[in-house]
Amino acid sequence: MNVLEVNNLTAAYRKNTVLSDVSFQIEPGTLTCIVGPNGAGKSTLIKTLLELHPRLSGDVAFFGSPLKRIKSKVGYVPQRGSVDWDFPTNALDVVLMGMYGQIGWFKWAKRSHKEIALEALAKVGMIEYADRQISELSGGQQQRVFLARALIQDAELYFMDEPLAGVDAQTERAIMTILRELKNEGKTVLVVHHDLQTVEDYFDHVLFLNGFVIAHGMTSITFTAENIEKTYGGTIRWLKEGVGSVNTTVK
Amino acid sequence: MSILLSSNFQWVLVSTLLLGVASGLLGCLAYWKKQSLMSDALSHAALPGVVIAFLLFQVKDLFILVIGASISALVGAFFIMMIKSTTRITEDTAMGMVLAVFFGGGIVLLPFVNRTGSGNQAGLDGFIFGQAASMVKSDVTLMSFLAAAIILIVIIGFKEWKLYLFDPDFAKGLNLSLKTMNIVYLLILVVTIVIGIQAVGVILMSALLIIPPVSARYWTHSFKTMMCLSGCLGGIAGAIGTTISALGSGWPTGPFIVLTSGTMFFLSLLFGLKKGLLIEYLLLRNKKREVNQIGPPSVVKEGR
Repeated sequence: MNVLEVNNLTAAYRKNTVLSDVSFQIEPGTLTCIVGPNGAGKSTLIKTLLELHPRLSGDVAFFGSPLKRIKSKVGYVPQRGSVDWDFPTNALDVVLMGMYGQIGWFKWAKRSHKEIALEALAKVGMIEYADRQISELSGGQQQRVFLARALIQDAELYFMDEPLAGVDAQTERAIMTILRELKNEGKTVLVVHHDLQTVEDYFDHVLFLNGFVIAHGMTSITFTAENIEKTYGGTIRWLKEGVGSVNTTVK
Repeated sequence: MSILLSSNFQWVLVSTLLLGVASGLLGCLAYWKKQSLMSDALSHAALPGVVIAFLLFQVKDLFILVIGASISALVGAFFIMMIKSTTRITEDTAMGMVLAVFFGGGIVLLPFVNRTGSGNQAGLDGFIFGQAASMVKSDVTLMSFLAAAIILIVIIGFKEWKLYLFDPDFAKGLNLSLKTMNIVYLLILVVTIVIGIQAVGVILMSALLIIPPVSARYWTHSFKTMMCLSGCLGGIAGAIGTTISALGSGWPTGPFIVLTSGTMFFLSLLFGLKKGLLIEYLLLRNKKREVNQIGPPSVVKEGR
């Protein structure tokens, strides 16, 4: 059974249709990246799937059922800019938020919950920052805190919106190690990604998106110059060796 | 001074103290929901409700007036949301418009109260600037009960409020219903405002919601401490303001409460332990000294 099935999904912002007729399936245990130019609807796609943005048409099934019934199996790492980092709280507290469902509503966190949160922080290499004010963390550290908060949810399917945007090389490596671990544990990860150079190294599946799905499949087969050209409109210069150079504007 | 010993005054004091705590807590929620102005808009929007309720029932019973004020404030909130979601007008502009229109409407209606047989505008004037001393036992009981209920709601859902304010999208992912949270938030905000208008008045009620959390922010980096502190500052401001206004005859309560909390804000701004001006100055000075003591950094010269 597919982890995620999307059929004819459409979404819009006011008058502009951002996504039209988007259909795809995600198999379990895959590490997929969604790539496309700015304004292609990558973030909107994730938000619409998670019902954070209204869906105009189409249907979405997670593990064969609607989102409402299996919410605890779905984890989400939003874009770092989506929250106010000046909020008075520390890293541990943010990670603990991922456990609120398990703690139970209207109950207070116990020591055991805090220990699990500390473990998650250790996993992303942030244990020494547990008591640090979130406003005092660097961008990469904030991203790792968000990742830890998602890990603690112990979900089966993860959505991540540009987790590698604006982080340094070390954080990028740390995050990718964790994503691979998730995959090895049989979990499924869907990542909005912006750096074409690293797609082949990091992800086993790729989904090209620009308002609609242009191509989707195994990276080794789908990540071709042709598809990149179709998605980005042929203006991209592909510099990495082995894929061949795309330069249709010159032709 | 003997007035301070009267049991009526002591009851009033307890109720304004509770009101202050409730406002401090609610203000904290509004502050992080970036809706400080919302409390201002809603308190002004409550005025026509008070006047209309009085015109309809011809009694100055707090319960009836609170119902009128709540309906009016909720209608105001509804208009703000409608304007925000259906037009391109931003929320703060919508609040400014609703605030002015509703308050203007209330003021226009006030003379009608004067003309009615039992009309005593003097009694309703208390709703504009607040007159805690004019509250009777039943008013005090109602106000204290509602304020205590609000404080309880905030404390019970503390964890949920924090998540709701910090990252609502994530909260939704955890199956916390944003719709329910929004409704509860709006309801307790409106109730806080309307129970406060007899003691503090519609014009200044918002100050009791806005100033305590801002003052508390200067002292702490923890949401829990900020909430506690904001509640305490609100409670103290309510109690001190009520006491001062009781000392003179006919002194309005609202302005004294607001001046008290204004003073506390000023002190927090200067001496706040986390963000106060003094601490920032000292930190900067020490850092400068530290840098200067080390001396100029060794210069890396080219070619070596």
